[in-house]
Amino acid sequence: MLTLDRLQCLGEALRDAMVTYKSNIALIEADRKRESARLTYREVRAEALRITALLQQYQVRPGDRCAILMSNQSKWLISAAGALWTGATLVPLDYKLTAPEQLALMLHCQPRALIIEYPVWRKLRELDLSGLAQTNILVTEAPDSDTLPAAVRWETSPGQAPEEVDGQRDDVACVVYSSGTGGTPKGCQLTHQNYLAQAQVLGRMYPMAESDRYFSILPTNHAIDFMCGFLVPFLMGAAVVHQRTLRPQFLGPTMKKYEVSHMALVPMLLKTLESRIRDALDELPSAQRQVIDTLIKVNDYATRREPNHALSSRILKPLHDRFGGRLKYIFCGGAFVDRGPAEFFYRIGIPVAIGYGLTEAGTVLTVNDLKPFRGDTVGKPVQGTQIEIRHPNEEGVGEVWAKGPTVMKGYLDEPELTNDAIIDGWLRTGDLGQFDPSGHLKLRGRAKNMIVTEGGKNIYPEDIEAAFDGLAGCEEFAVFAANYIWPAATMTGEQLTAVLRPAAGEAITSECLDDLRIRNGRLADFKRVTSYIVWSEEFPRTASLKVKRNVLSRHIAEAMTRDSLKELAQ
Amino acid sequence: MTATEKRLIELAAERFSADANLLTPGQDFFEALGIKSIQALDLLTDLEDEFDIEIPDYEMQGVNTFAALAALIDKRA
Repeated sequence: MLTLDRLQCLGEALRDAMVTYKSNIALIEADRKRESARLTYREVRAEALRITALLQQYQVRPGDRCAILMSNQSKWLISAAGALWTGATLVPLDYKLTAPEQLALMLHCQPRALIIEYPVWRKLRELDLSGLAQTNILVTEAPDSDTLPAAVRWETSPGQAPEEVDGQRDDVACVVYSSGTGGTPKGCQLTHQNYLAQAQVLGRMYPMAESDRYFSILPTNHAIDFMCGFLVPFLMGAAVVHQRTLRPQFLGPTMKKYEVSHMALVPMLLKTLESRIRDALDELPSAQRQVIDTLIKVNDYATRREPNHALSSRILKPLHDRFGGRLKYIFCGGAFVDRGPAEFFYRIGIPVAIGYGLTEAGTVLTVNDLKPFRGDTVGKPVQGTQIEIRHPNEEGVGEVWAKGPTVMKGYLDEPELTNDAIIDGWLRTGDLGQFDPSGHLKLRGRAKNMIVTEGGKNIYPEDIEAAFDGLAGCEEFAVFAANYIWPAATMTGEQLTAVLRPAAGEAITSECLDDLRIRNGRLADFKRVTSYIVWSEEFPRTASLKVKRNVLSRHIAEAMTRDSLKELAQ
Repeated sequence: MTATEKRLIELAAERFSADANLLTPGQDFFEALGIKSIQALDLLTDLEDEFDIEIPDYEMQGVNTFAALAALIDKRA
């Protein structure tokens, strides 16, 4: 690991790494049937410098923003390094959002440049992009047949030499949107200091050898993959493996072929992998099954204090071979991790490092150090981070507040939101938790009006309300996380509920419910409302006519129980 | 029906044991074949093999008719 304390910015750290590890393989790109790219750090640096020069040719200056809109691939990381060396701020955007959602975020951050993959660009350019008049667009892998009006090919040779510009620790390195595709955009401004501090801590806790290989599956715009699948492996001279498709049948062969040692997953994927292994075990003849069960017990005992990959991969070779045989760690986060799958993987000798974090605080605030493994907590605060439980109840459960070198500078152009979120340097997470006697944090629910899906998507009710504007036969409506109205000591099975108010003295009509159902069905499945309640009183509102959500939810909780929720047929 | 639509329907019918004669380009293939999104990705893999192309997984978002899927293939071919 490079010594990051003396470095000022991500660009400097990446440059040092690419020079230090110049002959190591940095990036491998596996497509379905062939390897489409394999680059050393020296080659990555040359390509990234080309992008630096190209961006500078198109007027990207220090402090400007450069958005990236691509699926996981080597060009993502090359573009990011190239942009950072111009002194620009990166804006990693989610390629899975719809084109109008992507446009809304770009209208908010007004990037000077957008680096975009061709199929995503094809959809985006169908929209009115007049609000992005100042944005230069670089498109990757566009076919020769497309003349690309109003855009430039990413592959173009620049007409000038690059000039590397370093930022300062306190400068904003990235703007990462934690929400706001429908409501107020929340662009978390994360500084070079935030990233360098986090990379240093995680690199010490989970060091990667130069021979290690990280399989990048989570979208790279996601905080976990950006850290674990870009910064940490690069700063340690390891390699990152990309694969354009994440269809299950292509994952195993790639892990084996490229000897993947590290990967990060969201809880939903972890669960899927667990059930696949369990199914395979269930199909074994009983004698063979008994042998495997015994070996799992032996491994469990042998690794009760800390993981031992060399031993586990020998004892349980057939199971490890399903993941290529070299998988040492799975990082899991982005949403609440059920202890069941995590404990299952630990028992078969593949430790799952469970962490807890928010986009507003880099990657993780707490993480399990695996000494010993604990599947029932999200671990201890990482070095340099303080966690306090504010306003605890009699059981010690209160809101989790965090302070430390990874907490963001604030939301882009949203001072009010920032002041609500960060108080005297402490970030209010909106999550409820408590510490156990050994200093591990346990999450116990949410104090904020949002849900997190098992796929790691944060859904803010305000963001989806626009989909229900003008709901037939409804005077007022609002969307809530059910757990916000009726606090529950759980982080799973969260649901969104619609509060519907018909005209005074009238009942809710079937027309209204049909309209709700139809509009709901048009939303992405993870954004859908699954229940509703009917409320007869006028909604309390602020002077600017915004719904006072906290007051309304309190009134509802006082008048109704959770049993009043009516299921909304999908 | 275009040549791509015809071949696509034949492949889909073969993989999911459906009657190709009952399938039309405008149909929702999830409904017509009784499949889920993960199976649709299996179909996509067959199509990539057949047409010797590669289509990013996310391109399937919002695509639910045979005609739309055929258009996706034609753009890549």
